[in-house]
Amino acid sequence: MAVPKICGLETEFGIAHAGAEEANPITASSLLINSYLSEFCQTAEGGPAVGVSWDFEDEMPGNDIRGIAPPESLAPEIETHLVNAVLTNGARYYVDHAHPELSTPECSNALDATRFDKAAELILIRSMEAAAQVLPPGQELVVYKNNSDGKGNSYGCHENYLMDRSTPFSQIVLHGTAHLVTRQIFTGAGKVGSEAPGLTTAEVPFQITQRADFFEEEVGLETTLKRPIINTRDEPHADPRLYRRLHVIAGDANMSEVATFLKMGTTAIVLAMAEDGFLPREFRFRTPVQAMRQVSYDLSLALPLELDDGSTATALEIQWDLLDQARKYADSRGLDPVGAQVGELVIDRWEQVLAGLESDPMGLSRQLDWVAKYRLLQGMAQRHGLRHDDARLAALDLQYHDLRPARSVAARVGLESIISSDDARAAVSDPPRDTRAYFRGQCLKRWAPDIVAANWDSVVFDLGDEPLRRVPMMEPTKGTADHVGDLLASCQSASELLARLRDSSHR
Amino acid sequence: MAEREQIKKSAPQREESEVEGAPAVSGQGDELKAELDDLLDEIDEVLESNAEDFVKSYIQKGGQ
Repeated sequence: MAVPKICGLETEFGIAHAGAEEANPITASSLLINSYLSEFCQTAEGGPAVGVSWDFEDEMPGNDIRGIAPPESLAPEIETHLVNAVLTNGARYYVDHAHPELSTPECSNALDATRFDKAAELILIRSMEAAAQVLPPGQELVVYKNNSDGKGNSYGCHENYLMDRSTPFSQIVLHGTAHLVTRQIFTGAGKVGSEAPGLTTAEVPFQITQRADFFEEEVGLETTLKRPIINTRDEPHADPRLYRRLHVIAGDANMSEVATFLKMGTTAIVLAMAEDGFLPREFRFRTPVQAMRQVSYDLSLALPLELDDGSTATALEIQWDLLDQARKYADSRGLDPVGAQVGELVIDRWEQVLAGLESDPMGLSRQLDWVAKYRLLQGMAQRHGLRHDDARLAALDLQYHDLRPARSVAARVGLESIISSDDARAAVSDPPRDTRAYFRGQCLKRWAPDIVAANWDSVVFDLGDEPLRRVPMMEPTKGTADHVGDLLASCQSASELLARLRDSSHR
Repeated sequence: MAEREQIKKSAPQREESEVEGAPAVSGQGDELKAELDDLLDEIDEVLESNAEDFVKSYIQKGGQ
């Protein structure tokens, strides 16, 4: 049985300092996040645990699943000096590579991941508003939830999935690649033009994804250059004997909740099937990197992709096959690893979207970002008689991702919502109840002054009169409301909690 | 078109639009067209006023 597909999203946002003579993106990102932290510290609402910073003790992003990293690969650097906070909803909010970045807490299913992704947008919106209070008149920070500046610079929206350590990595590469290349037809956020070397806007006026241009390798450790379709970072943030964490860097950031839901949900199911050896058919692309771009550039969705065995298949055909397998998997094994009921919702929605893509792609303009964006661009080009390289089209593309409610284009195109605004608002301050993020978030809510640092797999307490106490959380499925809710409720103080934890571990 | 013939299995019945390979805008019906027109009107009002400057100045450092 596949392990629970605990999952999460980490999004690097684009940032602009409007009205400033000289803008520095690191300063702007720091100001954005610090404004949020101090604003909501004062009101105690949506409570980021101010003063609680990220604990780098266990960060090992240079570890490679394949063993020793090849000498030419560059391990990501950790920037420990920049703002790096833990929020009471269990998220991490920080500056990374000159971008504000927010990592959602660990979620047990795709619907929750979508809810916390929506909460992340609300946090960024509140941050922009808080920053406006401290900036001179005429200046503001503007945040974009996209993955490219249109000039060859990309920043990521990464996904993480808990995997069984015993699953052969070759199986993850095989089935993961087949899915990541072909799921682009519904995960793409759309982009005007191409940023791949040698291609012009005349050749690629519009493509399905933001990210496909930036992938150059099939498998590798990098995330900032020579990006691989399958990333090998081996940093499970959990017991490494039991688990690995698949770090997926090949996706777009989505404005559409349906697209985020499908991105997370279908990938979790495909990975669960790979773990259970449930995928009989092997789709090996002859040239995976090229296939990734071919899918992104092919608005007809009909391009045959060359497979290793000499046959061909379209992205849609491969997706239909994966969906068929998912139905069989659900019938024979159940969908517990991806959240049983949510798994059924994923499969139903997956089928609707594939059927729509096959019969009338443009009919999905309320579900898929690339379709919504393409429809607008077409409409605008026709109305004003614009050439494909007109700056107004590129501007519309960028502004689709503007998170300011007064300016956001995505907020105006009638995207279908699957997360209620109440649920999203609650997720700004409350952690998920069914992963270890519950323990982290609740501790921060109640005892932030007693906590010096936290990270994915531990919380460090400082009670003043004794050495620092680290509470390890190596099991992502524990520390839930079911598991520790009563314990936390019955403790009046952090020292009582630590005493009770010490007693139970000695028992 | 020979390549296209290989993948007839689940290829949709779809009329080719003017740009080869690009999907036609769905529902050219009057109602949908009016809706898109209204939407474009609304979006015209929130778009950055100088598209060229806006696009030129949107430069990000590369990230992950």
